[in-house]
Amino acid sequence: MLTAVIVLLVLAVIFGLILGFAAIRFKVEGDPVVDMIDALLPQTQCGQCTYPGCRPYAEAISKGEAEINQCPPGGEATILALADLLGRDPLPLNEEHGEHGGKTVVHIIEADCIGCTLCIQACPVDAIVGAAKQMHTVIDDECTGCDLCIPPCPVDCIVVVPVKEDLQTWKWPYPADASGENNS
Amino acid sequence: MMQHLNKFFGGLRLDGHKSESMRQPLKTLPLSKQLIFPLNQHIGLPAEPVVNIDDTVLKGQLIASPGGSVSAAIHASSSGKVIAIEERPITHPSGMRAACIVIETDGNDQSIESNVISAYQDCDPSTLRDVIRDAGIVGLGGAGFPTFIKLNTSPGKIIETLILNGAECEPYITCDAMLMQTRAESVLRGADILCQAIQAKQCLIGIEDNKPEAINALKKALTEHTFYHHINIISVPTIYPTGGERQLIKILTGHEISAKQRPTNAGLVCQNVGTAVAVADAVLKGQALIERIVTVTGDAIKRPANWLVPLGTPIQHLLAQYDGRGDNNDIIIGGPMMGFVIDDIQAPIIKTTNCLLVLAHKNKFPEMPCIRCGECAHVCPAQLLPQQLYWHARAKDFDKIQDYNLFDCIECGCCTYVCPSHIPLVQYYRFAKTEIWNQEQDKQKSDRARERHEFNLYRLERKKRDDEERRRKKKELLNRAQGKTESEADSKKAAIEAALARAKAKKDSLATSPKNVDHLTPEQQKQIDEAEARRHQQKKDNT
Repeated sequence: MLTAVIVLLVLAVIFGLILGFAAIRFKVEGDPVVDMIDALLPQTQCGQCTYPGCRPYAEAISKGEAEINQCPPGGEATILALADLLGRDPLPLNEEHGEHGGKTVVHIIEADCIGCTLCIQACPVDAIVGAAKQMHTVIDDECTGCDLCIPPCPVDCIVVVPVKEDLQTWKWPYPADASGENNS
Repeated sequence: MMQHLNKFFGGLRLDGHKSESMRQPLKTLPLSKQLIFPLNQHIGLPAEPVVNIDDTVLKGQLIASPGGSVSAAIHASSSGKVIAIEERPITHPSGMRAACIVIETDGNDQSIESNVISAYQDCDPSTLRDVIRDAGIVGLGGAGFPTFIKLNTSPGKIIETLILNGAECEPYITCDAMLMQTRAESVLRGADILCQAIQAKQCLIGIEDNKPEAINALKKALTEHTFYHHINIISVPTIYPTGGERQLIKILTGHEISAKQRPTNAGLVCQNVGTAVAVADAVLKGQALIERIVTVTGDAIKRPANWLVPLGTPIQHLLAQYDGRGDNNDIIIGGPMMGFVIDDIQAPIIKTTNCLLVLAHKNKFPEMPCIRCGECAHVCPAQLLPQQLYWHARAKDFDKIQDYNLFDCIECGCCTYVCPSHIPLVQYYRFAKTEIWNQEQDKQKSDRARERHEFNLYRLERKKRDDEERRRKKKELLNRAQGKTESEADSKKAAIEAALARAKAKKDSLATSPKNVDHLTPEQQKQIDEAEARRHQQKKDNT
């Protein structure tokens, strides 16, 4: 009887020490799920999900505050990927936040630009170059198409242009679409 | 030497339809009025134009130089004037328009001076590779990968064998057969030069046994010269897709090259026979890649034949040689298995255009549900599971589909051909492949955007911190500037305070001890009290 109690006590102490050590040694800083969600988001930083950027949205999803269907730029592909990652059921895109359209970038009509730098301050990815009272321009390759620079512009000289498909980005169509049947 | 031949898994025996276009001798096409050169005729980055509008160019002149390390030069295929550099329809399944150099020919066909290397045996391999690169040669079998890159083997890697692919396994296409028949000597020369360029010890030329004339022509040319002792011509069984690089390697050498490996891992380099002839022309004649043989065939063509076509010739010009062609035709670039339909016949013949297949339009069989018969898996030469790939492609499950090695698929079309439900399987795989590539590109872009956004946040934070720091420093500096007169200021302050204190004390003493209020009569005291009360009242009213 006594031996059994002692053996169990010793075991409890040993396991307790192991667990305690592991809790300190393998402690994970931050929430790894947030990183994984953030990696799936399109990083437009557009705020259409009502959160101020992709990472805050990722944090909200991981806390269960936000649904996975609030990202219009990501569209169906992002929703499927998030559903897959989080083990949730895929939802249709919540149209309240916007529609999933083709990729776009913005261009500044340079002749109309007055060099106020307001768009530069609004750009979340520093894709606009220019200086006070100098003409501004958008770096096409870095523009995420978030359109955040459009509202601050006092002279409405920023326009949305669709990204043109080229040979590098051309995709074979989904066969069911091509044959006109609705198989999906 | 008897070569032991191996077999690859799967494959199909198809109707060749080769004899139709081989009845006619090789024809030469009259020069087209316009020649159109798309800047991207190869795998890799588009070439960059080196001519301007209104420039006069000669045949063989460089008009666009490689636009990167994986890219190829483009040369004018006849003399004339550059009339436009603009977007034109191109020979691509998308039916897209892309940047092209358009030349109006002058009919003189005047060639540029060329450098000829006759003693290539004494040449350094890198010199030969440079010649091949400058001639703009790409793989003419169909993919269009720049040849010089394939020849640029990593140092220390020994290439034992050059394999020349003369299988031409796809039905209807006979351009390589015609080439081997008419230019057997050049094929062997090209093989020899390529061997020299990669320092290979032997060369195997694999040809399907449905082309006995080509085999005989090459064997005859081989016996005429003694210095080709390292070249072997091997007849291989006619099974589609023998002409696939990995399939031909398996047949000739027994090596199985996985999708992650390159043939160079097994000490092999594989080239098309057409590429070999282009190499021979580049080295021995100094001629860049400006023409190729194109098969024009199909049941809607009256007298199918092979044509020697200057590159850039509009397809329309080639088809115009056949009158009475019905309107309701599909024009397919390539063969019936791997080719693609084009709509705009203004698009030009480019380096990789091997065949124009014109077939009477047939309505496609409607796609029926998969019955899981497994035929597709029996014929797949890459030993994949086409059914699984199909399910995942249809469900757009791009992670799962890669678990089933989607990228090992060579898009040969065997599975589509045998599918009893007429499911366009290869279309699904192509869709999935391009979709995955696109997602990868998007991923890279979003990673960059994340980095930039994080830097943006960091930058704003740093600016805020810096601003605060600057403000603090300025304040400190201001204080320090005043610090020199601090004692002075202190003494002043002290003097002011002392004066204030004195005044206050005086006021206090005045208030507390008026001098004429001693020894007052009660009447006087009463008057004073009344006056005080009035003053208080007044003060109260004022406030």
